[in-house]
Amino acid sequence: MSFARSFRLSGTGAPQLATLAVILFANWLVFPEFFDLRMQDGRLFGSLIDVLNRGAPVAILAIGMTLVIATKGVDLSVGAIMAICGAVAATMASDGYSLPVILIAALAVGLVCGLWNGLLVAVLDIQPIIATLILMVTGRGIAQLITEGQIVTFTHQGLIAIAGSSFLGLPMPVVIAVVLGVAAAALVRLTALGLLVESIGVNRTASTYAGVDSRSVLITAYVVSGLCAAVAGIIAASDIRGADANNAGLWLELDAILAVVVGGTSLFGGRFSILLSLVGAMVIQAMNTGILLSGYPPELNLIVKAVVIVVILVVQSPVAGRLTTFFRRR
Amino acid sequence: MTDDRSTAHAATSGAPAGPGDHRSGADDAPLLEIRGLSKSFPGVRALDGVDFRLHAGEVHALLGENGAGKSTLIKVLTGVHARDGGEIRLGGVPIDAADTADAQRLGIGTVYQEVNLLPNLSVADNLYLGREPTRFGLRSARRTAAMARELLAGYGLSIDVTANLGDYSVAVQQIVAIARAVDLSGKVLVLDEPTASLDAGEVQTLFGIVRRLTARGIGVVFVTHFLDQVFALCDRATVLRNGRLVGERRIAELGRLELVTMMLGRELEAAQLHRRRGEGPKGEAFLAFEGFGRHAYVNPFDLEIRPSEVTGVAGLLGSGRTETAKLLFGIKEADAGSATADGAPLRLASPRAAVAAGFAFCPEDRKTEGIVGDLSVRENIMLALQARRGWLNPLSRGESKALADRFIKALDIRTPDAEKPIRLLSGGNQQKALLARWLATEPRFLILDEPTRGIDVGAHAEIIRLIERLCDEGLALLVISSEIDEIVAYSDRVLVLRDRAHVGMIEGADVTVDRIVGAIAAEGPATAAGVPA
Ligand SMILES: Nc1ncnc2c1ncn2[C@@H]1O[C@H](COP(=O)(O)OP(=O)(O)OP(=O)(O)O)[C@@H](O)[C@H]1O
Ligand SMILES: [Mg+2]
Repeated sequence: MSFARSFRLSGTGAPQLATLAVILFANWLVFPEFFDLRMQDGRLFGSLIDVLNRGAPVAILAIGMTLVIATKGVDLSVGAIMAICGAVAATMASDGYSLPVILIAALAVGLVCGLWNGLLVAVLDIQPIIATLILMVTGRGIAQLITEGQIVTFTHQGLIAIAGSSFLGLPMPVVIAVVLGVAAAALVRLTALGLLVESIGVNRTASTYAGVDSRSVLITAYVVSGLCAAVAGIIAASDIRGADANNAGLWLELDAILAVVVGGTSLFGGRFSILLSLVGAMVIQAMNTGILLSGYPPELNLIVKAVVIVVILVVQSPVAGRLTTFFRRR
Repeated sequence: MTDDRSTAHAATSGAPAGPGDHRSGADDAPLLEIRGLSKSFPGVRALDGVDFRLHAGEVHALLGENGAGKSTLIKVLTGVHARDGGEIRLGGVPIDAADTADAQRLGIGTVYQEVNLLPNLSVADNLYLGREPTRFGLRSARRTAAMARELLAGYGLSIDVTANLGDYSVAVQQIVAIARAVDLSGKVLVLDEPTASLDAGEVQTLFGIVRRLTARGIGVVFVTHFLDQVFALCDRATVLRNGRLVGERRIAELGRLELVTMMLGRELEAAQLHRRRGEGPKGEAFLAFEGFGRHAYVNPFDLEIRPSEVTGVAGLLGSGRTETAKLLFGIKEADAGSATADGAPLRLASPRAAVAAGFAFCPEDRKTEGIVGDLSVRENIMLALQARRGWLNPLSRGESKALADRFIKALDIRTPDAEKPIRLLSGGNQQKALLARWLATEPRFLILDEPTRGIDVGAHAEIIRLIERLCDEGLALLVISSEIDEIVAYSDRVLVLRDRAHVGMIEGADVTVDRIVGAIAAEGPATAAGVPA
């Protein structure tokens, strides 16, 4: 059990940071300029910054996904919610609405999506994987309806600035991801929300019997996940200056789940760390970027990712615990 | 609770064979011999050079306080944990079980303290998992079911063996676990607190089966906190304290006080075991339930709860005891009748609503309904209080630490520190932490379902004293217990249930074992034992 447990519960995040370091180092081996940074027009450029910037949407998704997974659930719909909210933002932008109105509308749509998932899971007691599959499948259709089947493009400077501007030299999406991550971590740890989420994830029956309002806590987790997906969707739309209902956020739910798991939160629910999920998102993006930079075919990316998932899941599984015990006693 | 239990057993058991006339002699080569066994966990020496000898055909009690190391010894013996040091011999041959399946192959069948069967499989599949009967080389579900029915009939249980195990009460699950282990034990049967949630009749059935096994030369290791059962069934006892061996004795040569002293390392005064009862009126009822019930769950009943009053609940398995508690606590919502608190209507739609009204409930099924295993002792103790305060109003780390430490001390919860995950505590200590969770909310009305399940004699006395004090301060208590003598010891009045209906209330001087047993059994042998919950 010891290795699996320390991987899962270590408060320090040493395994995650070590993994990130190894991958960054590997990137440097295949691409010696990897750590080079340039300052241009008050903005940093370089492969490292690319990793942060490209990884921001998944990092933001991972924030909400962490809470959902900690309740022993999963949210498969975040990619689709990104598409819906991106479609809302892009259509409104091309119709010339002001930025605050666009943002509020897109976030509100994300909130409603999260609420829908939360109600299915918490009130109707549908298994999370099925409940969120519904929106995952229908979400892109909804996004198509919003964009009326077109690829919507816009020249709304306010919305474009969300992904295109910078703050203290860092791309805005990175700043948004860090601020949201820190805010969410503070929210769960300065209130009792984190404890209640973990408690439900470990034993929902016992928690409910102890008077925990399991339904509200579960709904909150899915709503936060929906809101995070909305933010990621806005960034994605801003980045391509348009909305592509078919491809926005495609498969990103899997990256987000992977980021959370790499960050040490168990798929069996319970203990979680939002900040380590952010590190997990960076690990994944560093892998993606590294494979691109190395010049190997991008298909390799999927294989490498699959190998990493398998390794991590095996390390977390109870069987691994038994194996380590087995080998220690021999 | 030690000395006054014997009276109850005289009334309820009528044990056939006395402990004196068993077979084994101390000089035979032992069937199972453990020497110098050691096992440490982080911060705890659970076993420290323990010796243990089990002879063929004897029932050997393994005794000690909560956290003494009994379950650890069993888990090391059966390959759940790897040992740090020591030697285990079975029939003179050194053994080293790699896992429980290995132990079973060696002829050691075990019922662990926390039933570890699979709730989502049928009763029959649980009984024959890994050794399904086959017909022409194929699994035959029908034969499995028939064999399971026959096997359980030997335990006086006639239930639908194709229903999921998880649908049945803890007691039924315990019987299924015992039946499976007995079936598997070629040489040694290990029972870790098997009787914790069984009632007197089922305990007698189990004893009969154990005696038949010992007559066949099987050695039985029996862990329990019920000393009457030790004296009624066992030939020899080994006592552990803090992971060390205190001694091995023949039961026939052992007095009850001496045994308790061996276990606790101090004497337990007999006087502290009785609650004073019936000192005048208890004041006005602050809770009233009228025609309260739920269709196909518990028939409607009336019940008034007064401050400082202890209401015992007695009845056979399946008579609706736990169901009554769950209804009162809002886990199942009543569909008939009304509840009022201090004269105002009270809607008990969820545990949360009940907690808000000052209710508390320690459930019977510790593992699935009580502990939140991966969370620390501290977090488990603070959980109900935190839930009531709401997530926006957190207890600070310092506050929760102080709260946990206070209860760890008050209830003598054995743990190296408050941050240990609760699932790593011994069973009895988990039970104490759950009690602490509810006492921390300072409830007005505390419902305890089998509260002393797995708690040792010393802690038992402490907890009764604590509850007594709280009752003096106005706490109202509803206690469900299969131990009728325990109910008699501290109840002001006793509610009797049969077939999911409240059939009587015995009050005042009438609260005696005989009256309760009579009331429970008034309509002949009950048949409801096996109805799925
Ligand atoms: N897996 C584990 N990890 C850490 N500590 C453990 C583990 N299992 C048991 N312990 C500790 O070892 C000690 C002995 O526990 P054990 O379960 O053997 O007690 P016990 O005698 O069976 O008590 P009880 O009567 O309460 O069941 C306890 O202090 C317990 O906290
Ligand atoms: Mg034990």
